[in-house]
Amino acid sequence: MWQATFTKLGQTLLVLLLVSVASFSFLKLAPGDPVTIMLGSDYSKASYDQLTQELGLDQPVIVQYGHWLANFVQGDWGTSYITNQNIFELAVFQALPVTLTLAAFSLLIALVIGIPTGVMAALYRNSWVDVLATTLAIGGNAFPSFYLGIILIWVFGVGLGWFPTLGFVAPWDDFWQGMWHLALPAITLGAWYVGLIARITRSSLLEVMGQPYILAAKARGEPGWRVVWVHGMRNVLMPLVTVIGLQLGGMLRGAVMTEVVFSLPGLGMMITSAVLNREYIVIQAGIMLTGVLFVVLNLMVDQTYQFLDPRLRRRK
Amino acid sequence: MSHALDLSASIQASSWRRRFLQPLMRQRSAVVGLVIILAYVLAALFAPWLATHDPTAQDLGAALQGPSAAHWLGTDSFGQDLYSRLLYGAQLALIIGFASVALGLVVGVAIGLAAGLIGGRTEWVLMRIVDGLLAFPELILAMAFMAVLGLGTENLVYALALSFVGPFARMTRGDVLQVKSQPFIEAARLMGVPTLAIIWRHVLPNVVSPILVQAGMRVSIAILLESGLSFLGIGVVPPTPDWGLMIAEGRGFITIAPWISGVPGVALAILLVALNLLGDGLRDAFDPNTQKDA
Repeated sequence: MWQATFTKLGQTLLVLLLVSVASFSFLKLAPGDPVTIMLGSDYSKASYDQLTQELGLDQPVIVQYGHWLANFVQGDWGTSYITNQNIFELAVFQALPVTLTLAAFSLLIALVIGIPTGVMAALYRNSWVDVLATTLAIGGNAFPSFYLGIILIWVFGVGLGWFPTLGFVAPWDDFWQGMWHLALPAITLGAWYVGLIARITRSSLLEVMGQPYILAAKARGEPGWRVVWVHGMRNVLMPLVTVIGLQLGGMLRGAVMTEVVFSLPGLGMMITSAVLNREYIVIQAGIMLTGVLFVVLNLMVDQTYQFLDPRLRRRK
Repeated sequence: MSHALDLSASIQASSWRRRFLQPLMRQRSAVVGLVIILAYVLAALFAPWLATHDPTAQDLGAALQGPSAAHWLGTDSFGQDLYSRLLYGAQLALIIGFASVALGLVVGVAIGLAAGLIGGRTEWVLMRIVDGLLAFPELILAMAFMAVLGLGTENLVYALALSFVGPFARMTRGDVLQVKSQPFIEAARLMGVPTLAIIWRHVLPNVVSPILVQAGMRVSIAILLESGLSFLGIGVVPPTPDWGLMIAEGRGFITIAPWISGVPGVALAILLVALNLLGDGLRDAFDPNTQKDA
């Protein structure tokens, strides 16, 4: 097991290195000369050369990469030209928590609605619950989240006035205000997951319920809820985690859109406005951070399997 | 003579029907999806004849109007006719969706084939590039490429295509490695069949169906990303009739003129549902790797 973990860790480090190379090359590919951008339109040859030297741009690319990576690891990500803000603080302390909170809250909503729906659909096959679950699965998965967000703002924010339509309040500052502000965005993003989760729960539960040990549990006279929620659900968790892991990309995609629709100052909002303002250094930080986040989350999903399936633990 | 020809033609047709059409037609929801998509394709093809107005003609005197005889689905804040923009938007969405997936498929399959067939150091380098691409979520990758390439329809196709290269390459390589170890490849090699002929006649046909299934499912992601990026303002530029742009434009008028974002929003949602239905159907019918949903 340890060997497998180390191999996995080695692979992950390699991918992280690739992520950094890709992010570094991005800034090299970006149009415009960074020195000219920093100096403005009026500059002398001497000041141009001086700044080039200061930025290390006269050195070989591989050395530049090394410097850049060292700075990145130490949290020196530079300063935004536009807001004069420290990019590390902006990305890691301000934007990242917003995105993670949104994602976690949405996933929670999706699980709380999705799993029971899936279980009901499996237990009452071909009933209206089943039809509803299937419709939710197809509709929720395909419906563009940015348009869903607009509809929710229109109906529940502006029309009924139940929820605020814009802005973010950190739940760790004011829990109920935070939840209240997050409700619509989290539903928007969660809707995308609900159907998927319901569908996987349904199909894997159906598969499991035919197994002999379920019959044995029933024969022992265990109550129905115990058979389903203890013996059945244990085996639904694996495919569920797989699907959640596979759809992390979709989750991040939805998060970007949702943040922009609801004006939440998260990573998606940060990268979007950086692209619009052509602030390549902020985009680069955003790409690198999302890449690292994505890789780490995937690794975590992978590791969860060992907790969920005891059979995997015993293998070398 | 002619009778024999007829027979062979009908055998060919029936085998095509048996291999492709029948399994797909058995998926009822896939058929529904296919019909809806065909309707969109027809609307896109005949947009110039079906449209009642120039999709980019502004008429500020007629701005923010609800559906009427003159403007069947109403107008936006520039007085542009929403019905005409809807039709041309379908054209744009389908072109960008299919073109970006096709381009990503060609490049990705080429990389996957090269990696799987050549092996060694080439494979290692190619697959590390693919790993690097796959380490990012598609949207972030596409956003980064848009930042480098600049806005516009053509660049949007390139950016989306680049973000699809990774999945196609990895999948093709995996399939090629599997096929390569089969005895019939070894046999063909021993018989002296040229390498390119082996690839073309023996390897490709065996990897093509999972790749096409994947492509079918990617189209809906491509269209979602396309409209999403345009919605964010980093895709197609106004006044191009694009659904994402139209939704973004209508966002500010949602309380007084909900149809501005509603018309493209509903059209987009229906198209995406249809594409997903067809994609799921294709997967269930042709991909041996996934078992059918119970």
